[in-house]
Amino acid sequence: MRLFEYEAKTILTKYGIPTPQGGLATNLMQAREVASKLKSPLVAKAQVLVAGRGKAGGILFANSVDETEKAVEKLLNTQIKGIPVKSVWIEEKIQSKKELYFGVTTDRFSRCYVAVASATGGMEIEEIAAQAPEQIVKTAINPQHGFQPFHAKQIARKIGYAGSQFLELAGIFERIYRVGMDYDTELIEMNPLVENDGGKFVAADARIIIDDNALFRHPEYKRRLLEGESELTSQEVEAMKNDLAYVKLEGNIGVIGNGAGLVMATLDTIQYYGGKPANFLDVGGGAPAEKIATALNIVLSDPNVKTLFINILGGITRCDEVARGILEAKAKVGVTKPMVIRLVGTNEEEGKRILTEAGIPVLESMEEAAQKAVDTLKGGGK
Amino acid sequence: MGIMIDKNTRAIVQGITGTQGSFHTRLMLEYGTKIVAGHTPGKGGISVLGVPVYDTVEEAQGKHHATASISFVPAPFASDAALEALENGIRTLVMITEHIPIKDAINVMAYAKEVGAAIIGPNTPGIITPGESRLGIMPAHIFKPGNVGMASRSGTLTYEIAASLTRKNLGQSTCIGLGGDPITGLNFIDALKMFEKDKQTEAVVLIGEIGGNLEELAAKYISETAYPKPVLAYIAGRSAPPGKRMGHAGAIVMGKAGTAESKIEAFKKAGVKVAEKPDDLAELVQT
Repeated sequence: MRLFEYEAKTILTKYGIPTPQGGLATNLMQAREVASKLKSPLVAKAQVLVAGRGKAGGILFANSVDETEKAVEKLLNTQIKGIPVKSVWIEEKIQSKKELYFGVTTDRFSRCYVAVASATGGMEIEEIAAQAPEQIVKTAINPQHGFQPFHAKQIARKIGYAGSQFLELAGIFERIYRVGMDYDTELIEMNPLVENDGGKFVAADARIIIDDNALFRHPEYKRRLLEGESELTSQEVEAMKNDLAYVKLEGNIGVIGNGAGLVMATLDTIQYYGGKPANFLDVGGGAPAEKIATALNIVLSDPNVKTLFINILGGITRCDEVARGILEAKAKVGVTKPMVIRLVGTNEEEGKRILTEAGIPVLESMEEAAQKAVDTLKGGGK
Repeated sequence: MGIMIDKNTRAIVQGITGTQGSFHTRLMLEYGTKIVAGHTPGKGGISVLGVPVYDTVEEAQGKHHATASISFVPAPFASDAALEALENGIRTLVMITEHIPIKDAINVMAYAKEVGAAIIGPNTPGIITPGESRLGIMPAHIFKPGNVGMASRSGTLTYEIAASLTRKNLGQSTCIGLGGDPITGLNFIDALKMFEKDKQTEAVVLIGEIGGNLEELAAKYISETAYPKPVLAYIAGRSAPPGKRMGHAGAIVMGKAGTAESKIEAFKKAGVKVAEKPDDLAELVQT
């Protein structure tokens, strides 16, 4: 789960990590109120969860309360990469002398957290790694002992600081790590972490992604994700509430399957035959009839879906149950779009019989079924 | 033969009294797996399908001396159960549970490393040595004994490919589900090392997916060690958009990192044949 910049900065402030003075506005009155308490020049930043917000026009500058109001008005009336702006974070512009990078992420191979720092910041870390790999300092964190003060100091030295600045920077690194652990982040990133012209360090932008699987320990954010504003589409929220994994894609073949890898392979196979999947939807193992109905509902709520491809490999999941689920769902949801169903595995014969008797043909091979789903569309939707 | 487990492996089931735990205990017993004890705190003293249940792993181990465990314990308590198993002598631990937080998984992996234990998963269908034993939830009938070793990040996709191998009369030595999470115990390289030593295994199939760089590292290992057995691969997620998690917690392209293209290219460079579609793998194994 991605946090909005304002949420991230609120947390950082709580941990004593310096951030620019600022406040949140969802309307123009609030914008004036926030701006009047701050020292110009100011920056108005659209609170949207997309990468490349600045380039897409989501960051505007202002030199007075009036200008801030205008900037906020403009932002609240625009969409950034298709996402409407519901709130704007207004903060004092920092006079930056140097831009650094600091983040904590995970290393899959070493199975641990890793702190990544760079004396160059402000662009994506992959870009820094490509352009100036020698600038990047990586520190694997021993899970038994955690990120120690000396680690923070080593990093601060390696990126070129000494004296009181070095101590201050090391302290900030330690606190960022603490935020990461306390909030179960899979990524916490200060980019840029700015050294201002007074030689002080300020987290100018902050990206925090909380591990979705740890959201049960952070109910306030889980609530915001499912009930408040989030980067998820309404279908994705509905899926998450029902313990389904759904991702909206650009095509027109609605896909439902069991198991993440199998569904991914299904999308790839559709694409291989020249089709375009409309979504990824994994119903998981042993899905009961109601769950299949919910899945169908979610997939069909996307108006782009012209045909459906259900790909079930019954292992522990029984094919007869899935077949009944499909019929039940069909009756409940009133599916009128063409369906291609591939159903194999445990109790396959019974499952096939149930569907065939209801006039729904069942295929055995995933390849054949994918091809058929693609052909259904070529035939003008029938 | 095969790797990690065989018909003599003695195992406990953690979370044996739950719906999943008891259901799969029955299937494992039917397959011939030696399930010697169960563990569910608060349910000690009862038995499930004739398997005695204990409140603590310590008690179970005092009587049964198992070396392996398979855990169905719900995510919020899974790492505690895993640490308990490791502290009480379990050295092969299969973590079936999905949705375990990264921080918890990292702690478990660190402790496993310290005591020299192997963890399969989390978020895995488990491991099967066809005809001998299985610690997992996979449908056993699609597997048959043979000479292909398999390691995979995905459950049902493994079944899909195993079933197509079996249809072509290509049996399997051992199939390991490495798990769909970003932090897992065993990775592709660990599996390759074990399959290299296993006399029964003549070819290795790796099933990867988007996210992370473990496939790329495996490719590097294969070419640097001039791996002596043929390796074949399939990568899922060619059509996945960046920044979106495709079902598995670990299946996500971040910026330009973790794409299917990068993995396919790395494998091809290392001389690994990569199947375009899951069904093509069996043919590649035959050639």
